[in-house]
Amino acid sequence: MSALTTAEFSHLKKSLNRHPTETELQMVAAEWSEHCSYKSSKKYISRLPVLGARIGMDSGFDAGLIELGDDLILTVRIESHNHPSAIEPYGGAATGVGGVVRDILSAGTRPIALMNGLRFGDINGHEPKVNQHTRWLLRNVVRGISDYGNCIGVPTIGGELEFDGSFNNYCLVDVVCIGLSKTNKIIANLADIGDLIFLVGGATGRDGIHGAAFASVGLVHENRSAVQIPDPFLKKILIEAILEASEDRYIKAMKDLGGGGLACCLSETSHNLGKGLDVDLSCVRLREKGMSPSEILISESQERMLLIVGKDDRESLEKIFAKYEIGYSIIGKVCSGHEIKIRYNSEVIADIPAHIVTCAPLLNRKSSRPSYLKRKHATRIASPKNLGSILLDLLRRPNICKRSWIYEQYDSEVGLRTVLKPGEGDSSILRLGNGKYVAMSMDGNSRRCYFDPYQGTLGCISEAVRNVICSGASPVGIIDHLQFGSPENPEVFWTFQQAVSAIKDYCDFFTLPVIGGKVSFYNERNGLPIKPSPVIGAIGLGRNLEKVGRARLDPRCSIFLIGQTKEELGGSEYYLSYHRSDSGNIPKLDLAEDKRNASAVSNSISSGVVNGVHDCSKGGIAVALAELAINGNTGFDIDISLASNTCNRIDSLMFSESNSRYVVATEKPKELIEILRDSRSQVHCNKIGYAVDSSSNDTVQYRGGQQILAKFELNKLRLAYNNSLESMLNDVSK
Amino acid sequence: MKKIGVIVFPGTNCDRDVFHVLSEVMHVETEYIWHNRQTLNGFSGLVLPGGFSYGDRLRAGVIAAHSPVIHEVKSMAKDGVPVLGICNGFQILIESGLLPGALVKNERLSFVCKWVDAKVKNATTPFTRLFQKNQKIRMPIAHGEGRYVADSPTIKELRQKDQIVLSFLDENPNGSIESIAAICNLEGNVVGMMPHPERASERVLSPVVNSIDGSIIFRSLMHYLGDTHTR
Repeated sequence: MSALTTAEFSHLKKSLNRHPTETELQMVAAEWSEHCSYKSSKKYISRLPVLGARIGMDSGFDAGLIELGDDLILTVRIESHNHPSAIEPYGGAATGVGGVVRDILSAGTRPIALMNGLRFGDINGHEPKVNQHTRWLLRNVVRGISDYGNCIGVPTIGGELEFDGSFNNYCLVDVVCIGLSKTNKIIANLADIGDLIFLVGGATGRDGIHGAAFASVGLVHENRSAVQIPDPFLKKILIEAILEASEDRYIKAMKDLGGGGLACCLSETSHNLGKGLDVDLSCVRLREKGMSPSEILISESQERMLLIVGKDDRESLEKIFAKYEIGYSIIGKVCSGHEIKIRYNSEVIADIPAHIVTCAPLLNRKSSRPSYLKRKHATRIASPKNLGSILLDLLRRPNICKRSWIYEQYDSEVGLRTVLKPGEGDSSILRLGNGKYVAMSMDGNSRRCYFDPYQGTLGCISEAVRNVICSGASPVGIIDHLQFGSPENPEVFWTFQQAVSAIKDYCDFFTLPVIGGKVSFYNERNGLPIKPSPVIGAIGLGRNLEKVGRARLDPRCSIFLIGQTKEELGGSEYYLSYHRSDSGNIPKLDLAEDKRNASAVSNSISSGVVNGVHDCSKGGIAVALAELAINGNTGFDIDISLASNTCNRIDSLMFSESNSRYVVATEKPKELIEILRDSRSQVHCNKIGYAVDSSSNDTVQYRGGQQILAKFELNKLRLAYNNSLESMLNDVSK
Repeated sequence: MKKIGVIVFPGTNCDRDVFHVLSEVMHVETEYIWHNRQTLNGFSGLVLPGGFSYGDRLRAGVIAAHSPVIHEVKSMAKDGVPVLGICNGFQILIESGLLPGALVKNERLSFVCKWVDAKVKNATTPFTRLFQKNQKIRMPIAHGEGRYVADSPTIKELRQKDQIVLSFLDENPNGSIESIAAICNLEGNVVGMMPHPERASERVLSPVVNSIDGSIIFRSLMHYLGDTHTR
């Protein structure tokens, strides 16, 4: 399973100038897996702008670091656990959370929030078996995240969810963790010869053997032993012990044990420190008897950290571990040279330069434009009359309906930082303790990315950034998780390249750094690739907690639409779900317009004239307005034809998913117009209606000129939107 | 100056939150107490915060109830010192025998985190004395095992002796008997509650309703301890 290719084996032999030992081969195979080495993707993702942020292995940290001013530093990391979650959803999702938390902890920063992006197959499709499997996966993934995140006391503050047939019998589980620390408390990642190597936390067992290699091929066989076992309680006390040791500066360098276990951890640590490591595997605490040295080396048992500690601090550190009753072993020491020397009962079983292990030979993958893009679907879309019932149907759709069934299972408030909780705004907001706040949003749209990976990815970034803007924050960086099928398939690889280009173009235009990222290939089930699934996280910094943007409609507000709605419904929920049509152009992003609109909304929020704000995404203006009304418990009356648009039809205007649009509700319409005029930018901004006084009237009314397009009691919308996910989960008849 | 102790077990995770509210919002001297402390001196009140002590193994709170510090908690409780258990702290107080009944898995079998309405049924305890009886308050809950159950004689006694401190209003989020959200011992100085008052003590953290009812729980304690300026 973990074998090198013939070419890689010759490359290794040539670099070593000899035959590798069995142990060396295991180490190299783990590190050169696609999962750990990025051998297909590195050339491309290394072109993404980093600007001031410190990211990636070169900085010595697993997490990306960004300075927030006021002596604060934020760490961010995104990871996925797709293969494990697809076969063992509870443990796979839980250990996914565990892994990303360790990355944040490795920098010496306290994990302060978690988010997740989840993708599943059809939940209310035509195949009962598929629906049933999706329900099983969803329930257990959510339970895995909930049990783990809640127990370690890190709030899960939000996320995103998508259903699509290309994920049938599979799932994507992406987890983001954010950490916070004083700038001067960050681990230095320096070491001196003679320093001790501590392995602390969980004992090493046979779980997760070949996990990295398992994740580096398509999912065909269900290899459950490659899935690790979570222990959130141990993780919680490990977090506290490590942070206490870090606060007292007993830790000179630190790395978590993830994919590839000790093998990858030791080689990357040695490489980063520029020092040799001398390790005896017989010192490692084991959970089971009879493990071979290779198994010890590549086991991916959870809740383990590797610490480099000066000899003088040994006793103090041991006292902390004793206080928390955490197991540890001293497995070796830092030495001169650049080799990793691995012994087992004093017999040397590997002696290999770290850079040979960590520098996998990169690959040139072939790419070609997918043939499915050449087919032109020019089906005629019928003009339905019943826009009201279509709206109700869209609000119930799995990709739109309310997610409270999920997020109410997560403790979103522990830590006393969560200002905007899940469902309250377009982003979640965490206070920093200095009057400022961090806003965070995740977005993905596999369906759009399938039709046009470049424009689709631009749309995802734009949406994530819009969400951060809506909360009142300014974006300070993005993270990306690029998930595709096999990179050996040229058509898949082309879609990957398109997504990277989109990220680069967007970030260059907005001067935004990519603070962290991850590439996950081989997301296939029985040889069929998933739709291209870049997931983007946007991080913003807000300066005024008094002016936070909430996604709710208040009575007495005028309702404005900022941005232009275009006849571009390809890949929209309306076309795909209602008309079951994949025709039409997907929304194109105009970078300059996106920037103008974003700054107009930012200025309005910071001037304090905005009562409620929400971006338009899935389901278009119609759904965005409905969500605002439901959240604010306030009805409205709008004339949708007043919105700036280039649509040919009224249904397009209602449901188009054009980028760069915001609905803004304000009690001070004059001031809002004034501010927008002042920004001297040519922003499309139109008043489209007003909120109704909720005490006397709680209806929502969509008009097109004088014609009433849809009219509802607010409660009817609320029931459709709020209860849909739960009823899909409980409806075993489908 | 009064000093409040915040007891920390391995796996407790709301200790820093309670500490923050007591020291930074209430400006009370506060000290962490690690679970293996044998003697406690100079504390006017104790809080057992929420979390997952010992990872909820066996069942929530049962292992922590056998920690060395619990001896002291029991004897201080007997002496009338106010003791508040929040969420997992409530579970620990029950498992220690300081409060009657049991807390079992929520009716829906899943964890639930949301803001809920509750009614103050007993406004005489050291933690509720600044509320009005029957006052409607709003606080968040976050638990998987918060469904209060007891046999009917116990429930009857709780009712008769005014030991039901808070009950959920409108919606019963976990299936507790009589919608019980908080109870106290016969003397009233030991209170256990599922809602998290520390999460409802600062305006900025409250959802739009701007409720800081949770802070009144802590203010009540300060008031009880003789700080009459606290209102």
